[in-house]
Amino acid sequence: MADHILEVKHLKKYFNTPKGTLHAVDDVNFTLERGKTLGIVGESGCGKSTTGRSILRLIEPTSGEVIFNGEDILKKDKKAMRLLRREMQLIFQDPYASLDPRKTVSEIIGEPLKLQKLVPDPKAREKKVRELMEVVGLADRLINTYPHELDGGRRQRIGIARALAMEPKMIICDEPVSALDVSIQAQILNLMQDLQEQMGLTYIFITHDLSVVNHFANDIAVMYLGQLIEKAPSELLFDNPVHPYTQALLSAIPVPSLKKKRERVILKGEISSPINPKPGCRFAARCPYATEQCRSQEPKLVEIEKNHFVACHKVGEN
Amino acid sequence: MAEQKKDLVLDIKDLVIHYETDDGVVEAVNGIDIQLEHGKTLGLVGETGSGKTTTALSILRLVPDPPGVIKSGSIKLDGKDVLNLPVAELEAIRGNLVSMIFQDPMTSLNPVLTVGEQIAEVIALHENISEKEAQTKAGDMLEVVGIPRERYGEYPHQFSGGMKQRVVIAMALACNPKLLLADEPTTALDVTIQAQVLETMKKLREQYGSAMIMITHDLGIIAEVCDEVSVVYAGQIVEHGTLEDIFESTMHPYTEGLFGSLPNIEERKARLQPITGLMPDPTNLPKGCCFAPRCKYCTENCAKSRPDKKWVSDTHYVRCSRYEEPGFQIERRGQ
Amino acid sequence: MEAAKINGAVQEGGAVKRRGQAGEIWRRLKKNKMAMAGLAVLVLLILVSIFADVLFDYNEIVIKQDTSIRLQGPSGAHWLGTDEFGRDILARLVHGSRVSLSVGVIAVSISLVIGGALGAIAGFYGGKTDNLIMRFIDILLAVPSLLLSITIVSALGPSIFNLMLAIGVSSVPSYARIVRASVLTVKDQEYVEAARCIGANNFEIIVSHIIPNCMAPIIVQVSLKVASAILSTSGLSFLGLGIKAPTPEWGAMLSGGRAYLRNAPHLTLFPGLAIIITILALNLLGDGLRDALDPKLKK
Repeated sequence: MADHILEVKHLKKYFNTPKGTLHAVDDVNFTLERGKTLGIVGESGCGKSTTGRSILRLIEPTSGEVIFNGEDILKKDKKAMRLLRREMQLIFQDPYASLDPRKTVSEIIGEPLKLQKLVPDPKAREKKVRELMEVVGLADRLINTYPHELDGGRRQRIGIARALAMEPKMIICDEPVSALDVSIQAQILNLMQDLQEQMGLTYIFITHDLSVVNHFANDIAVMYLGQLIEKAPSELLFDNPVHPYTQALLSAIPVPSLKKKRERVILKGEISSPINPKPGCRFAARCPYATEQCRSQEPKLVEIEKNHFVACHKVGEN
Repeated sequence: MAEQKKDLVLDIKDLVIHYETDDGVVEAVNGIDIQLEHGKTLGLVGETGSGKTTTALSILRLVPDPPGVIKSGSIKLDGKDVLNLPVAELEAIRGNLVSMIFQDPMTSLNPVLTVGEQIAEVIALHENISEKEAQTKAGDMLEVVGIPRERYGEYPHQFSGGMKQRVVIAMALACNPKLLLADEPTTALDVTIQAQVLETMKKLREQYGSAMIMITHDLGIIAEVCDEVSVVYAGQIVEHGTLEDIFESTMHPYTEGLFGSLPNIEERKARLQPITGLMPDPTNLPKGCCFAPRCKYCTENCAKSRPDKKWVSDTHYVRCSRYEEPGFQIERRGQ
Repeated sequence: MEAAKINGAVQEGGAVKRRGQAGEIWRRLKKNKMAMAGLAVLVLLILVSIFADVLFDYNEIVIKQDTSIRLQGPSGAHWLGTDEFGRDILARLVHGSRVSLSVGVIAVSISLVIGGALGAIAGFYGGKTDNLIMRFIDILLAVPSLLLSITIVSALGPSIFNLMLAIGVSSVPSYARIVRASVLTVKDQEYVEAARCIGANNFEIIVSHIIPNCMAPIIVQVSLKVASAILSTSGLSFLGLGIKAPTPEWGAMLSGGRAYLRNAPHLTLFPGLAIIITILALNLLGDGLRDALDPKLKK
């Protein structure tokens, strides 16, 4: 049997808003194998970031189970949760907002070590910080600089070093490169890949950029309006996308090449509101193949071939 | 060897723009040339701080002054010398002859006016027609960009991001400009919405025959909408050519680096080939080729002087001194 | 190849300017001439108040009455003249600066501690706590602050400590509001979430992230509020609710001199000038600090 580091079952997060209940994450299920990367893809407002933060309990989920290394972390008390934080970390999207502007590089990277009393001695901590800086490719002389003195790429390296400080098993990466320039993006992606190989990390890679996850992830899960609508190994998903939304999403990526042109599916309309969603498939309003059944009945996630899950009534009808 | 272009809508020669700040002189644009024919689309690709946006702003003479100073060069827009035009004439040109679409649709619309009013205002400002006619025309424009006329009286906050960008496009096209400047028009949008907006822009440009400068960092978008491409690095065009020139016979190491940084959809697990290092500090540019410190083909000569344009075909030039050596080629070409 | 490497190294070094944040703020503040003038005046005042005893003996000069030289104008012996009891005005001003400055500083500290704590708790926890605290603050805010101080002082009896307390309490609401507003913006920043993610609890987050990032507006407010506290002290003393004679205090001096306004205007002129100059200096410095601390003005 595969070694699952994480199992998410019926995860839900609803927010109460003046307009009604916002279904940010609505019954999401998936498992993640140790040492692998799962990409969670979707457009803004699909609940991908909320999913990531719910798994880490940075947002308290409404219901569901998050089983990490065999234990449901949603049942842990504060003390146990604090210890668990060593195991699972987050890399943020915005390297500007996610670093405290009043702290130096060494204070930021050393904070988890100090807080969790892993390395209480300041001298030893500084040594460890220097090691971490080397691991993520930050020059030693930057140790006493402030984040605002550095560019986005270096700031993101600081964020990665902070996440690595406690030697976590799993890291959730929330759009870690979307705020960076292309050439810097590639540097960071390569770094993350190397770290995974060296440390046996498990990643959840949240992004809107399909070409990045395709490069990076073993499995890809596509989300739409709080629900997981298709999940498959990357190759399978790219070669044979089944859900009409996945197809449209894939075809919408502008390809930097003149030879290979995909047949483009242009979707009508825009993402509808996740507040008090109507019954039926959430994609039905924009779907070119929608029928009466789609508008009334919610499709279930089914396995159509090995490891390939899709939630669509039209599966099998081409 | 360069082919002489005729019928230019935009002719920029040797443009140099500096920002003179307390912390030093930022050399934002260092000798950019752009020749754009009527109805054509030019893509300006480059990273943050490469000077793309400053170049676009200078065409409208909107470079913030101070600290921006246009040091030298000339900008001819449909034959008019933009840099020496009186302000009144300049205002007549903006929005009429040339208009701009900004990256963030949220901030380029006025939140207290309805979208219809905003479009009508642009039309009324530049065309000598009655208020009624302007309103009708504004309604037409909304329909052109795919928004029902009924939404004329709605306010920007009632629109989604993609819809707002369509409104901005409608405003930009309202006076049928000869040149459209689009500064990362789809960066703030989701992929499926980006596809819709790009499709609309392409269709409208064909319909209206405007020339366009598309500023972006996304080579995918370039491949989709542009006829010609200029690759900008540290305020200089390091390579320029037709879409085929740039994509199929890449010459400059930086352009190669940009391609190498992109995950390849076809070759999934291939390791990315990023450009090492960082953009040079624009207040302290290297004396020689600005890309030399990051370039894997760099030799001692490269650090000595800025390379000149080298035309390799009628449409294609590159600024790289390695091409002085016979037989030099970058790895991408060898593949 | 070598040349490129050197070039690259130089640039790498150049791109990272070594300058701490305090240094950066100081550099920007230094450029503001008005703020520096304010700072200079303030430093001078502080020095004068520290060395007041060296300059003028309290018992022999400041409070010793000598009616033979009452109401004299400025002269070589008494630079700013003498008051109705023949006391040297300059000496009284110098010693008065001690009272004014310490009342200003302590009153502001009282309101900063109380108001800051209330505001921080309200902002950080939000919800019902926030509502409860802020409605209480609103009630305080509805009473004019001078009226509040007068009420407190007259209820507790006039003394330096009661005066400080009264002035301190009356400006609690404005601190609570400012601190709450800046806590609200800071607490939603991603770096706070990042701290939570590494296991920090609320207390650790407040101490190591929220407070340091809320300092800028508070520092500005402090410099401006010290000025208004000095002004309130003078005001209350003027009304006879502040410092008791013969202790020299600027407001009391101003008040005492008003009976002689016609034939000895210097009795009111000089204390008035002292108050104006101090407050102007504090306000200039406060404005300068606001500009220097505002990251949006950073180039």
